[in-house]
Amino acid sequence: MIFTGTKFFFIKTSVKAFPTCFHCGDDCTTLIIKGEKNFCCEGCKQVYLLLNENNLCSYYNFEKNPGIKVKGKFLNNRFDYLDDDAVIQKLISFRSDSQTNVSFLLPQMHCSSCIFLLENLHRINPGITSSQTNFQRKEVFISYNETLISLREVVELLAFIGYEPFISLSDSGQKKDSKFDRKQIFKIGVAGFCFSNIMMLSFPEYFSGGIIEEHGLKETFSWIIFGLSLPVLFYSASDIFRTAFKGLQQKSVNIDAPIALAIIITFCRSYYEIITGTGAGYLDSGSGIIFFILIGRWFQNKTYEALSFDRDYQSYFPLGVTVLRNKKEVNIPATKLCKGDIIVVKNEEMVPADAVLVNGQAFIDYSFVSGENIPLTKSVGDIIYAGGKQIGASLKLQVVKESSQSYITRLWNNEVFGKSKNAAKSFIHPWSRYFTTALFIVATGAAIFWYLNDPSKIWPVITSVLIVACPCSLLLSATFTFGNMQRIFGKHKLFLKNATVIETLAGIDTIVFDKTGTITQSNIADIKFTGEDLTLDEKLLLKKITAQSSHTYSKLITSSFEDEVMNDEVAAINDFKEYAGKGISATVNNIPVKVGAPTFINKNGKSISKNEGSRVHVMIGDSPKGYFEIQNKYREGFEDLVRELHKSNYEMHVLSGDNDAERQRLREIFNSKSSLCFNASPQDKLDYIKKLQDAGKKVLMIGDGLNDSGALMQSNVGIAVSNNAARFTPACDAIIDGEAVYKTARFIDYAKAGKKVVAAGFALSILYNFIGLSFAVQGKLDPVVAAILMPASSISIVALASLLSSFVARLKKL
Amino acid sequence: MQLFLRSIKSIFLSALFILIGISILVAAVFLIAFLWSVNDGQYDDDYTPSVRMLFDDELTSDNTESITEK
Repeated sequence: MIFTGTKFFFIKTSVKAFPTCFHCGDDCTTLIIKGEKNFCCEGCKQVYLLLNENNLCSYYNFEKNPGIKVKGKFLNNRFDYLDDDAVIQKLISFRSDSQTNVSFLLPQMHCSSCIFLLENLHRINPGITSSQTNFQRKEVFISYNETLISLREVVELLAFIGYEPFISLSDSGQKKDSKFDRKQIFKIGVAGFCFSNIMMLSFPEYFSGGIIEEHGLKETFSWIIFGLSLPVLFYSASDIFRTAFKGLQQKSVNIDAPIALAIIITFCRSYYEIITGTGAGYLDSGSGIIFFILIGRWFQNKTYEALSFDRDYQSYFPLGVTVLRNKKEVNIPATKLCKGDIIVVKNEEMVPADAVLVNGQAFIDYSFVSGENIPLTKSVGDIIYAGGKQIGASLKLQVVKESSQSYITRLWNNEVFGKSKNAAKSFIHPWSRYFTTALFIVATGAAIFWYLNDPSKIWPVITSVLIVACPCSLLLSATFTFGNMQRIFGKHKLFLKNATVIETLAGIDTIVFDKTGTITQSNIADIKFTGEDLTLDEKLLLKKITAQSSHTYSKLITSSFEDEVMNDEVAAINDFKEYAGKGISATVNNIPVKVGAPTFINKNGKSISKNEGSRVHVMIGDSPKGYFEIQNKYREGFEDLVRELHKSNYEMHVLSGDNDAERQRLREIFNSKSSLCFNASPQDKLDYIKKLQDAGKKVLMIGDGLNDSGALMQSNVGIAVSNNAARFTPACDAIIDGEAVYKTARFIDYAKAGKKVVAAGFALSILYNFIGLSFAVQGKLDPVVAAILMPASSISIVALASLLSSFVARLKKL
Repeated sequence: MQLFLRSIKSIFLSALFILIGISILVAAVFLIAFLWSVNDGQYDDDYTPSVRMLFDDELTSDNTESITEK
C-alpha cells in the first residue's frame, strides 16, 4: 500500500498557486487574462465584458467575486421551447401590446451584487422595461416588451449571466400564499385595533368600580365597545369558527371547538348585558383572546418562502426536449413528447422519458433516480429510463413511453402521493378534549350548587365559567413553543414544512438513512491504491494517461497524483483509446498501459478478477499492478451521529439503491441491530418503510433524490438532504442542509424536549384556569377580574413558551 | 354657584364625547394606513429594499473600463 486517503474535491481544488477568477472567485487553472483581471473560463470573461460594456461593473464592488460560473456549454437551442405560445401563457402573469410581466425563481441569487445586476437588466437589453427582485423568495419580477425581446431571449440572458431560472409549469401555488398571508395580517390588524380601543374605553368602568355618575357616558362607552367588537367577532375570528365547524362536521372535537364555544358565550353574554344595560360585558378580554390566538397562529405559520416542500417529478425533468423532425432538430416542450419520437440527448442532459437507444454511446448516470453511484453503459437497443443523465457525446433515442408513464414517474401514481400527510394528530387535541370534559363537569357542579342556593345566579355562573376557562392558553403554549422551535431549527439549517412536524419528530423510534448523497457526500471522494508499489515513473505515466480521459474516475486518479508527481515532462502517448464503461488503453514510451474495470484488464484472455464495486485496475506492460479503490467520503460527524443514536436506542436502517460494495464499511459504523439493505428500487424503498410502519414503528426517513421520494412521502417524517437549501428537493416534511445532518440526534432530542415545554405551559395555564374558575363558580367574576386575568395569563404563557424553548435549545447545544 | 359648576361639567362632558370620537377616528386612520401598506406588499420583502437603496449612487458614476483587445 502506497498512499491512502488522498482527499479529492470536485468542486474546488484549493491550491494557492492559482489566482482567483475576478468574476466567480474560483481558482483559475486555465488562466484567461483580460485587461488586468483574471478569469477562470471564457464564460466568466464574457459575462464580465457584457457587464463592463453596459456600465454595470459596480456588480463587482458590493461583494467580492460575486459571479456565478456558468457550468457546461451554453447550448443555443436549449430554451427553444419557450417560443411555444402555450408555454409562454403558462409562465407570464400579464400581457399587453407593450408590456409583458413574468416572474422567475432564481435559486442562484445569493448576495447584494445579484440584486444589483438583476435589477439593472434593462441596461443590458432595452427590451426589458424593469426588473425587481425579492431576495427572500429568490424571485425576480421582469416586465419586458414583447416586440423587442422574446421570453426565450429574456431567459437566455438570465442564463448567460449565470442566473438560469428554475422554470416549472406545475409550480403555480406560490403566489396564492402571499395573498393568504396578507389576509391573516389584515385580521390581526383589525383585531389589534379593536382590542386596544375596547380596552381603553373599558378603563372608566373599571376605575369607577362600575358606577359612572354622568348621564349617558356609560351607555355611550358600552355602545362604542359593542360596535368595535363586531369586526373582531365576524371578521377576525372567522377562521376559528370555520375550523371548529369543520371538525364538528367530521365528528371530532379539535382545539378550536371549545375556543369557538367560549368566544360565542363571551360575546353573547356581553351583548346581552349591554343591550339590557345590566353590565359592561367581557368584550375586552374576549377580543384580547382572539387577538392573541391570531398572533400565535401567525407566529407559528411563518414559513420559508424560498423553499418548496411539495415538488413532484415534473420539477426535475427537463421542460424542453430536442426532437428530430424531418431530419431537423427542433426543441419542443416535454409535455408534447409522443411515443415514437426520436429525441436527441446531449452531454449532461436528462433523458425525459423511457426510450430505446438508437444511436450513440450511452453512459448513463442514474444516481438521481436510483442512488447508484456508477454510471452505466448502454448499447443500442437498450432501454434507458427517464431521469438518467447522459455523460459524453449526444445520443439519439426513440421514446417508448411518455414522461408521465415512465418507470420513475409511475411511483407518483402510488396512493401515498395522493393523500396529504397529516395522519398524526397533534397531542394538544386530546388535551383539549380532557379540558372540555373537565370544564363541563365544573360548570354542571356550579349550576347544581346555585340551583339549590340561588337559582337566579345559575346562568351568570355557567357563562362565567365558560368564559374564564378558555382553553386558548393551551393553544398559545403550543403555538408559541413550536413556532419558536421552528425558528431555532431553521437557524441550524433544518427547515420544517410546518410546526406539526416537530410533534411527529418527537415520536420517532426508527431512523432510515439513504446512502448516496445522505450518508456520503456526493461530490467528494476518497481514493486508495492497493497493490504493488508504483515507481515515480509509473505514477507519472498513469497521470499522463488518465489526464486524457474525461471520465470521473480518471479525473480522480489524475488529481490523486497532483501532490506527488510534479514533474511535467512530456511523455509520448500513442494509441490512446477509451472504451466507454470499460477503461482506457494507451502506449506510453512504448509500454502498453491499461486502466479500467477488471474484466477489461485481462491477462492472457482471462480477466484478473470479477467486476466489483468502484475499483479501477491498472496494468503496465503485462503485469497487473493493483487497483484504485474509490470510496465515497462519509459526511463529517456521521459516525458520531450514529454512535449518539445507538446510545439513545433508535432502530436504524440503511436503505440504498446502490450495490453493496460498502456493506463492510457501513457495518463498522452501525451496530448489529441495524439492518443494511442494498439494491433497493424506489418502489422497494417505499414498501420497506411501509413494512416498518405496519410493525408499529414511527419512521424518520432521511434521503435525497428522486429515488427516495416515495419513501419520504410514506415515512412519518421525511427529511430531504440538500447541499443548497434553495435547490430542488423531493416532496418532504423538512429540508436539511447537508452540513447539518450530523446534528440529527440533537434535533430529535430537542423536538422531544419541546413537548415538555408545551406541557409546562399547559401546567401554568391550568393554574390560571383554577384561579379564574374559583372566581367564576362563586359568581364573582367581575369584568375587571377577567380583564386582568386573561391578558396576564396569555402574556405569561407566551413568555414562558418562548423563553423556555430558547433556553432548552441552548441546553441541547443548538 | 351650583348651576355654574353643573354647566362647566356638562361642557367637559360633551367635550369628552367629541374627544373619544376623534381618538377612535385617528386610530382608525392608522389602522387603514396599516392595512393599505400590507395590501401594497410593503411587508412582503423586508430585505431587498434595504440593499436596493445602496445602488442609487453606483449608477450615476461612469466607471466602464476601456479594454483594448490584445
